[in-house]
Amino acid sequence: MALTSQDIARIANLARLELQPAESERMLTQLNGFFDIVEKMRAVDTTGLEPLAHPVAAIQEVALRLRDDIASEPNQREANQQSAPAVERGLFLVPKVIE
Amino acid sequence: MTTPALHDLSVAELARQLQKREVSAVEAAQHFLGRIQAAPELGAFVALNEEATLAQARAADERIAAGQARALDGVPIAHKDIFVTKNFPSTAGSKMLAGYQSPFDATVVTRLADAGAVTLGKLNCDEFAMGSANENSAIAPLGFEQPAPVRNPWDSSRVPGGSSGGSAAAVAARLAPAVTGTDTGGSIRQPASFCGITGIKPTYGRASRYGMIAFASSLDQAGPMARSAEDCALLLSAICGPDPDRDSTSLDVPAEDFSRSLNDSVEGLRIGVPAEFFGEGLAPDVRAAVDGALKEYEKLGATLVPISLPRTELSIPVYYIIAPAEASSNLSRFDGVKFGHRAKDYGDLTDMYKKTRAEGFGDEVKRRIMIGAYVLSHGYYDAYYLQAQKIRRMIADDFQQAFNSCDVIAGPVAPTVAWKLGEKSADPVANYLADIFTLPGSLAGLPGMSLAGGFGEGGMPVGLQLIGNYFGESRLLNAAHRFQQATDFHLRRPEGI
Repeated sequence: MALTSQDIARIANLARLELQPAESERMLTQLNGFFDIVEKMRAVDTTGLEPLAHPVAAIQEVALRLRDDIASEPNQREANQQSAPAVERGLFLVPKVIE
Repeated sequence: MTTPALHDLSVAELARQLQKREVSAVEAAQHFLGRIQAAPELGAFVALNEEATLAQARAADERIAAGQARALDGVPIAHKDIFVTKNFPSTAGSKMLAGYQSPFDATVVTRLADAGAVTLGKLNCDEFAMGSANENSAIAPLGFEQPAPVRNPWDSSRVPGGSSGGSAAAVAARLAPAVTGTDTGGSIRQPASFCGITGIKPTYGRASRYGMIAFASSLDQAGPMARSAEDCALLLSAICGPDPDRDSTSLDVPAEDFSRSLNDSVEGLRIGVPAEFFGEGLAPDVRAAVDGALKEYEKLGATLVPISLPRTELSIPVYYIIAPAEASSNLSRFDGVKFGHRAKDYGDLTDMYKKTRAEGFGDEVKRRIMIGAYVLSHGYYDAYYLQAQKIRRMIADDFQQAFNSCDVIAGPVAPTVAWKLGEKSADPVANYLADIFTLPGSLAGLPGMSLAGGFGEGGMPVGLQLIGNYFGESRLLNAAHRFQQATDFHLRRPEGI
């Protein structure tokens, strides 16, 4: 299996990355080089195996928990917005999304 | 006998002298800040804040004077710039976060500060911890106008390893007695190996990931890097512990005193030696150094047991599917809205995202986002991501099988010593292949460490990797400490340091 330049364009769009033509070409070569080493993995018989997400679940049950739904953090709007690119009256500014 | 300089003291000895008030925390902090400023050419540090450092040191001195000393009171440390900090910019080595000020400290940062450690500054690393050579940082180190690679203190024409390259270089050059690092696929162990220092990654889930800028959430773990196992044990004891409200993957395993069994005998310790770690890809000089280290263990009374980790090679594709998949998801938060870089010129919202991310991310990060987005996309998820997670279970099971016949596993950290700057930067896959010996333990979430086991080509350090079973950190540190009591590799210093 080899990726095509259409695949690169589709993935870049999914990933919200603008790639220049030269960059796309380089990406295509590099990704195909990478997927060559992935081929071996696809042939492995994994029938009946559960995927392992939390590695310690290999030996014991690991329950993902939810904490109680209680406000525990103080309001720090200013501190939280100090590194935002565009803020007005405490709101994040983005390009117009509703006509 | 001359008094050793402050930067030659171990963390353990420095802590003792601080508590006996033979040296003050302020003096120690000033000493190390002076060394950092006098040696910018390594590119190890990206940020200092002298005022904040000295304020922490004064507070430590006050506690010591009041008889309320804490375990690490006054010990200067530095953090990999992947941990967010209130008092220093937090960049993750990325243009995306240049100048970013976090409103909070990472849990690891808080825990070390609570133990009394004094933060000297932030350390250079590969962008979002993606890299094996620290050549992927987009942040100019202190004393530089432009981004510059971190250099290996043993040979400035070589890489320090990555992604915790600044961390390893700083310890080797004695710019800090101990530092933090993070390890996703080997990012503590490999730079520790390349720079001849000691580093440990605990069992996945023991150190909180809260405030560690996320790369691959099911793999990322924090850990200390220092010159000896004894010093790593002191820091690791402060770092580990449950953080149930802030990290959903944090395990409910109590904090532990990792120093308590350092001196236990290793007589009868069964060391598993995986055949797959000694195949044709291993450079002869590394092999010779690792074999020498294993012989040393036999002299100490340990037994070498041949074992097999049959899926070692498969761990490369498995890791490089899982880690980029998680990275593509984690890095979707960098959209130019709430924090970080935003492109200057753009059309609509989607265009803003695309241009912002194109400008803010470096090449390696983009590659991994692309791989991740692809393997998670409709029609490919089962064949790649899910398949990788299933083989991950096989790899973890292989380790459990191996631990039936051994207590710890030993082998090389990396196939070669540190390579020359630029040597592999044009070939991403070559970098990935060099991670082969650290990836299996990462995928299984096992604790792993690197300690200087000898020297190889060009007089460069060679790391010995020790891998333990889950929650076996004490045993690893004990085995490493006994080795360091019997050898002097960890005491050797680069020329001119």
